[in-house]
Amino acid sequence: MVDLLSVEAWLLPLAQTLLFVTAAPLLSGWVKRVKCRLQNRRPPSLLQPYRDLAKLFGKEAVVAETASPLFRATPYMVFASTLLAASVVPLLAVHLPVAAVADVIVLVGFLALGRFFLALAGMDVGTAFGGMGASREMTISSMAEPAMLMAIFTLTMTAGSTNLSSAIEHLLAGGLVLRPSFLFALLGLMLVAIAETGRIPVDNPATHLELTMVHEAMILEYSGRHLALLEWAAQVKLMLYGVLIANIFFPWGIATTLTPEALAGAAGALALKLAVLAVAVALAETSLAKMRLFRVPQFLNLAYLLALLGMLSHVILEVGA
Amino acid sequence: MALLLAYLAVLGSLFSGALSLGANRHPALLKYGAFPLLGLAGAAAAAGGAEALRSGEVLTSHLPFGLPWLAWQVKVDALTGLFLLLIGVVTVAVSFYGPGYIREFQHGRHSLAALGGFTGLFVAGMLMVVLADDAFFFMVAWEVMSLASYFLVVFQHEQAANRRAAFLYLLMAHVGGLFILLAYGVLAAFGGGFGFEAMRGAELSLLWSSVAFGLAFLGFGMKAGLVPLHAWLPEAHPVAPSHISALMSGVMLKVAVYGFIRVVFDLIGTPHWGWGVAALLVGSASALLGVLYAMVQNDIKRLLAYSSIENVGIIFIGLGLAMVFLGSGHPTLGSLALIAALYHAFNHALFKSLLFMGAGAVLQQSHERDLERMGGLLRRMPFTGFFVLVGCISIASLPPFNGFASEWLTFQSALQGVVLENGVLRIMIPVTAAMLALTGALAAACFVKLYGVAFLGQPRGRRVRHAREADWGMGLAQGLLAVLCLGFGLFPTAVVGTLDAVPQLLFGSGLPHATAEGWLWLTPAGAEKASYSAPLLLVGIALAWGLSWLLLHPRGRRTVRCAAPWDCGFGPLTPRMQYTSTAFAQPIRRVFEPVWKVDEQVERITDKDALRVVGLRHQLQISDRAWQTLYEPAGTAVLGIARRITRLQTGNIRVYLAYSFFTLLVLLWLIS
Amino acid sequence: MSFAQLALEEQAILLLAALILFTSFSLLAQTRIISSIHLFAWQGGLVAATTAMVAFVHHEPHLYISALLTLGLKALLIPWMLHRLVMQLAVAREVETVVRPALVLLAAAGLVVFSYYVALPIERLSPLATRNTIAISMAVVLLGMLMMVTRRQAVTQVVGFMSIENGLFFAAVVATHGMPMVVELGIAFDVLVAAVLFGVFFFQMRESFDSLDVDRLNRLAETGEGEEIAP
Repeated sequence: MVDLLSVEAWLLPLAQTLLFVTAAPLLSGWVKRVKCRLQNRRPPSLLQPYRDLAKLFGKEAVVAETASPLFRATPYMVFASTLLAASVVPLLAVHLPVAAVADVIVLVGFLALGRFFLALAGMDVGTAFGGMGASREMTISSMAEPAMLMAIFTLTMTAGSTNLSSAIEHLLAGGLVLRPSFLFALLGLMLVAIAETGRIPVDNPATHLELTMVHEAMILEYSGRHLALLEWAAQVKLMLYGVLIANIFFPWGIATTLTPEALAGAAGALALKLAVLAVAVALAETSLAKMRLFRVPQFLNLAYLLALLGMLSHVILEVGA
Repeated sequence: MALLLAYLAVLGSLFSGALSLGANRHPALLKYGAFPLLGLAGAAAAAGGAEALRSGEVLTSHLPFGLPWLAWQVKVDALTGLFLLLIGVVTVAVSFYGPGYIREFQHGRHSLAALGGFTGLFVAGMLMVVLADDAFFFMVAWEVMSLASYFLVVFQHEQAANRRAAFLYLLMAHVGGLFILLAYGVLAAFGGGFGFEAMRGAELSLLWSSVAFGLAFLGFGMKAGLVPLHAWLPEAHPVAPSHISALMSGVMLKVAVYGFIRVVFDLIGTPHWGWGVAALLVGSASALLGVLYAMVQNDIKRLLAYSSIENVGIIFIGLGLAMVFLGSGHPTLGSLALIAALYHAFNHALFKSLLFMGAGAVLQQSHERDLERMGGLLRRMPFTGFFVLVGCISIASLPPFNGFASEWLTFQSALQGVVLENGVLRIMIPVTAAMLALTGALAAACFVKLYGVAFLGQPRGRRVRHAREADWGMGLAQGLLAVLCLGFGLFPTAVVGTLDAVPQLLFGSGLPHATAEGWLWLTPAGAEKASYSAPLLLVGIALAWGLSWLLLHPRGRRTVRCAAPWDCGFGPLTPRMQYTSTAFAQPIRRVFEPVWKVDEQVERITDKDALRVVGLRHQLQISDRAWQTLYEPAGTAVLGIARRITRLQTGNIRVYLAYSFFTLLVLLWLIS
Repeated sequence: MSFAQLALEEQAILLLAALILFTSFSLLAQTRIISSIHLFAWQGGLVAATTAMVAFVHHEPHLYISALLTLGLKALLIPWMLHRLVMQLAVAREVETVVRPALVLLAAAGLVVFSYYVALPIERLSPLATRNTIAISMAVVLLGMLMMVTRRQAVTQVVGFMSIENGLFFAAVVATHGMPMVVELGIAFDVLVAAVLFGVFFFQMRESFDSLDVDRLNRLAETGEGEEIAP
């Protein structure tokens, strides 16, 4: 088990969480930039998300008079739980001691915890928008979460472990294997990621149109540093899904030793993988229209179906062979 | 020692019941006599149970009651100990909660003597059920439990709906009891005696053991509220006084689970994997339908009752997995699944009692049980609000609280399904796990609804606006349960280590790896497969929270400004603009539409020229499909048969004499 | 032998098999007629690719011919014919209503499990590494039948029928490395003829009923209450 007194056990996760947090706005900036290019607009600087966050942190926070203490605690709660979720996903190095603290099911639980508080905060102020956002968010997530777990179960059944660190280690050791189940799980997980991070076609992070808002409706009452924390948490979550997909399905390049060269190579490989994924997201966001809310269940049904097919093909094609 | 404490507990609760018989004259007797005594009895039960669990020894004894040839046999082992502990803990909380809660009945027409008396009898009955070691004593205790709870359900009998619910409850309890009796009958016939020891030794063919299993599953499942026999539960549990609802939903359902475990895992012996599949299917259906029905309820106590069905479903998923693993020769995995189920049973007792008590506090303070008229209670009842939040997080199975720990264990045992040889099972078990995930996610949505609508936002009705914080004893009871919820979530290793005694007792196989890495690490199937450390997780949350607060929170200037919420520039917001409970559930209702029987009518009211719509009338009625598909046909069939049978009753005395005459002839022929 | 130990080419066959199953699911879920024809073409293409892959792995040159035949016929010619028919009949933009689509997909998943269960004893007999695909091919056949049961449009019924044929052909290829050439040619020709006949049938049906809804065929029953049909 993990030696809790070793420096490595604490330093590595701390460093990687820091990296996660600092790099997340960059990824969002990159997605925005690619999207602008695709839509023939002049893109903002890659650093724009950082500036936005800095601006929000500098501003005074306005809180509704009707809000309860829960409202003010929620941004910290959401940020902390997203951070914790991010800290157990192997980012650059395969060997991550804290992955033993929380496995992938706990990771899903953490995301659910953040969402739970966010939805409550949406209902706290007593406006119509907040309740609307909360209701929609919980509806979407209640279908996305099982699809995600099902896709993840397929992977863990192959890897024989729900510990992300050892699962990726196992997959890396196996080399290139064309598993049908992984293809389906990948597709399913991507759909879930789109739904959970509030991207088009499920939600539009750039709109404040009441008919379509989901995530934005819940955080409508937030301002100043509270809003900054929530925005930042959303960016970390986007990156988290990206890293999860990149490092599980395409584990190549991740460092197996803790030498500087290996880590630098891993950083380069990860940046490349994420950049490609971001381009895919931007392409999808540009070419697809936002769905009606009641088309979203069908979209998530597809994710569920894909995850189920992944499971079926794992058992039928891969176990018996 | 454990046995002595258990006896003390039974006697204490009986005395508490006897003491409250004078409560109609002296209401203080209840507050200063009956409830403290009940609390002591609960403490004794909890201590005895803990002792039995810890030591793992088996104690038996006889009581000089019962049939001449079968004295009541009593036994305390690890399984009994666990359930004694469960009953005891909740009873202690109830004894703190009760005095404050019954204050509103003091000046009413209700008989306090009946309330206190039957409460004592009810607790004693439950304790005796888990102590019983022969079928006869078991059934007597079971009936005491059922009947006492019937009188508690019918306590507020002036409303016809309550009487109807109570009658239905009585009926179902007895139909269920009949099945249990038949199951014992089968076992006793092969084992040659009504003692559990004799039944254990019975050699049953697969057919007969399946019959016994089916009967026990029906009987205990009916009491536990499994789909599709659940429809009585959300009628009966909410109408009882809230601390009784807590006992019924939190504890009595677990007594049914105890009975099921005792019969299937202990008396019948090694379960067949096919039974496990049945339990898995029924459990998954109960979990999913339970939470979906809970989602659309607007009555806070009904919602909680439906959520009990969901949780019992989760427990049966665990039990089903245990049976599948045991039946296919994987005892270690079987004990993992069984421990997950027991763990969840305990957790559910804690958080469901907590939530019922919170709902009771709201009900007592505002006389409101309709979510549509609630709102803003967190500001008015901060302590209750906080404790209910803890309960909601726990029941929504979010880390690091207790609901998550047991669901995590269930997931882990389901993921070990790869080891099974049967390919179809290998597919079915992960799919069940996905159903469990869906249930968990929907439960989160459901409790966001409950908490968000009731405790957050602005009051939607007049009554909740004047709500005040409840009595300190009620707060203490909830606080105790809330602390236990967190404790059971933070130290799963200690819980699993303790629960290990139960599978050791039942099939001699424990979970050696689960706590092998010390108290910090829970590793149910070996460290390389999965691990979970709740204490470190809490440290992580505290660290992340603290660091982000330290680094990002500005100091030295006014940090927040309060202002009116954003109204889009259209003038002030009113509480009626908030999302209601029905509105919150509407998207989910639309997605899972076929599940409910929905009767929705929208009527347009136009002005006299019929040109302009001046108003809309919306009516929505959501009812349980089990009524029309199972209960009503069954009721009609029974009535039809009864009508046929009444033809025997002609009213002519000579015909009756002829019946007696022929009966006599047949009997004489039989004994000759 | 575990999956990871198979050669990459064999893994690719299994991957293609899974994709074929996926196209079957998509066919079930797809309500637009034109899209389902396109999906059917993709399925044909995948079957052809699998055949070519089997030919490559097991050095069975005659399978290359089958692959080409499949590609030409099922991925190109028949879809093209159906496409043209749909255009001529002006039903291209029609959307079918499927009753409870989620339930149909759930049933489909159940059918896959069922075919796995049924195919288990057969698979034990086969020495090939790709024997697990028998369950998949059986599932493709059953899903095609399910599609025919749940759809009313004559065109989608034909697509369902053709995908059954795809499943059968796929089973033959992966389980036994293909049938004798003569049989294969015969079947291919049969399918082609069937496609042509269906085309004629569509026009007849349209003329008689002014619709391609197969439920209207109920009127042909002598006991039916439908009105007299003009010859």
